Amino acid sequence: MWKTRITALLILLLGAGIGFFVYKSEMAKMAVAKDATPKGFLSTHPFKLGLDLSGGTHLVYRADVSEIDATEIGDSMSSLRDVIERRINIFGVSEPSIQVQDGGFSNQGEQRLIVDLPGVTDVSSAIAMIGETPMLDFRTENPIKDAPIEATVGKDGKVVIDQYASKYAKTELTGRFLDKAILEFDQSTGEPKVSLQFNEEGSKLFEKITSENVGKTVAIFLDGQPISIPVVNESITGGKAQISGNFKATEAKLLVGRLNSGALPVAIELISTQTIGPSLGTAATAAGVKAALIGFLAIALFLIIWYRLPGLIATVALSIYVVAMLAIFKLVPVTLTAAGIAGFIISLGIAVDANVLIFERIKEELRGGSTVADSMHHGFKRAWLSVRDSNISSIITAIILYWFGTTLIKGFALVFLIGVLVSLISAISITRIFLYTLNIKKTNGFTNFLFGSGFSSAKAQK
Amino acid sequence: MFIIKYKKIFVSISIALVVLSIGAIAYFGLNMGIDFKGGSLTEVEYTTIRPEQTVVDASLKTLSIGQALIQPIGEKGYSIKTRDITDKEHKEILTALGQDAVEKSFTSIGPSVGAELVRKSIISFILVSLGIIFWIAFSFRKVSKPVSSWKYGFIAIITLIHDIIIPVGVFAVLSHFSGVEVDTLFVVAILTILGLSVSDTIVVFDRIRENIRVGHFKTFDETVGRSLDQVYTRSIATSSTVIIALLALVFFGPASTKVFALMLTAGMFFGTYSSIFLASPMLVLVQGMQAKK
Repeated sequence: MWKTRITALLILLLGAGIGFFVYKSEMAKMAVAKDATPKGFLSTHPFKLGLDLSGGTHLVYRADVSEIDATEIGDSMSSLRDVIERRINIFGVSEPSIQVQDGGFSNQGEQRLIVDLPGVTDVSSAIAMIGETPMLDFRTENPIKDAPIEATVGKDGKVVIDQYASKYAKTELTGRFLDKAILEFDQSTGEPKVSLQFNEEGSKLFEKITSENVGKTVAIFLDGQPISIPVVNESITGGKAQISGNFKATEAKLLVGRLNSGALPVAIELISTQTIGPSLGTAATAAGVKAALIGFLAIALFLIIWYRLPGLIATVALSIYVVAMLAIFKLVPVTLTAAGIAGFIISLGIAVDANVLIFERIKEELRGGSTVADSMHHGFKRAWLSVRDSNISSIITAIILYWFGTTLIKGFALVFLIGVLVSLISAISITRIFLYTLNIKKTNGFTNFLFGSGFSSAKAQK
Repeated sequence: MFIIKYKKIFVSISIALVVLSIGAIAYFGLNMGIDFKGGSLTEVEYTTIRPEQTVVDASLKTLSIGQALIQPIGEKGYSIKTRDITDKEHKEILTALGQDAVEKSFTSIGPSVGAELVRKSIISFILVSLGIIFWIAFSFRKVSKPVSSWKYGFIAIITLIHDIIIPVGVFAVLSHFSGVEVDTLFVVAILTILGLSVSDTIVVFDRIRENIRVGHFKTFDETVGRSLDQVYTRSIATSSTVIIALLALVFFGPASTKVFALMLTAGMFFGTYSSIFLASPMLVLVQGMQAKK
């Protein structure tokens, strides 16, 4: 008996401890100045809020991988990701998330890049900071002489004649193979030049291109425009190239900076934008917290009024469930969205379901004439199957939703899944230990009242 | 025994509700939101006075952004729906709305992203349905008399369809009067209802099978009736706690999840109703038909 009581006490203490951690870490987060980097365990574990609650920008880009070898798409996409991450970091966005979404059946094989920028609500500047990265590529003379000049109608309705596109053919060599760019000045004329150093693979490509085009021109294109069209004198090994395109010193410096922060290995196109203003996010968070509190209190009230003593114990178990969930949200961390908060509130209702099933069984056992102690033991044992069964379908749904979902759905599914699993543990172990701790030996009118529910008592029925 | 005695009435109520819901869906239709169709939604709030809608309409007409649907929101705001737009067009809209307009949210979804969501939703729906059908099949794998196990499963699935169609019908009516559109959360709501409501039916059927095994009761009708008497309080109690949580969300929760919570509330309510007043009476009716043969 003492063993059960000590366990119960330990659970209570643990629950209080977790609650204290949740409370303290929120306080610690508030104490940290807005721009300071949080230090210490407590302040580095705030709730992670999704964009719909914190405010921010969500951008989806489609990467044009049509000119990349299928085997190299993965590499290109991850280097694209790195480049954009560097770009964003220069601007000091806290905790950006940049993810590559592989082309699959559901998105028709499109390679996408998903960029989440918390706190950034100016879409245009966000788009500019990502999109203005230079696209560098090398092109060789088109072998077909007098190739037809391509004319396209631009978005503004003007006809654009791209004479270079037909004169020069694209090669595999792009900014993706760039190791670094350096600003140099011509020793005799003092003219600024941009030196390019390719990586190993790029060096080989460059060697091949130059050896095949001796005596011809090779055009260096930046963002689709030729910036330099030098004549190749000899095959170049070692992967060094120079752009001397009548730069002004400032222009050259800017270009070097942009190239070093990373030329985009793949062209990208913005296909989806979402921005949530900070006021909307704050309002949603406040409403979510309010709904959670009211939901919790209403359930507690229902449990205590309807189920009396076991209801009170279930409320204690539910409180431990709540702090455990909040701690998991902080430690994993789980990104909380409005849908996630909804999932959490629903899980409050589901978490007590197991308790209700068990209490109803206990009441049935009491009515069958068992003692309180026996009823509790049998009640738990017999209710377990229903408890397990009634949660499995929710678990199936949550797993599939998580697997297939977008960010929004994942936010809901993950919270819901964790909720169902944690509630199973809390209902079976915590509620049971607390009920056993009470160690009720007697069976009389009062215990029948305590274990009864609603309008009925748990009196044995003859 | 009350429920089994009046089983035909309860089954008829369910049929009537399903027919009404299908009617509502067919008549009002389901408006697809920009999540699925692609398009843009801009929400702004004016710091001082909101200009007349006709003024806003006229200033947006000068832009080449196609048709714009303008609706007032809140006290000082407007929401503007258009086709999916570029960043440049987005800036033009904001300029056209005037300096006073503060942007609260902006979404532009390209058609390929929308198409992806449609596909993902359909795949999730199929997978969840299959998962649950397998779960039902597994739960009722042991053959039982006098009704064979696959009939339990079949009835459970009919009950599930009932549980989904009614909330969708409720949504169709709601959508007609308040203009809410089918979005990602709508799909999540349906799938969650699938998961939550099947468990109630399984609990009731489980008890019926247990009572058949124990063999206390003489007829099948009595077995089902008594089983219902034993479990209906707890079915109602477990759903009540979830509904209490959901109502807190409907009344106090964030605006973005209100409709979601309302659909789930309807789903939970009719899910519980169907496990008691539809599934078991249908079981008795099926058994009756078998006996007549």
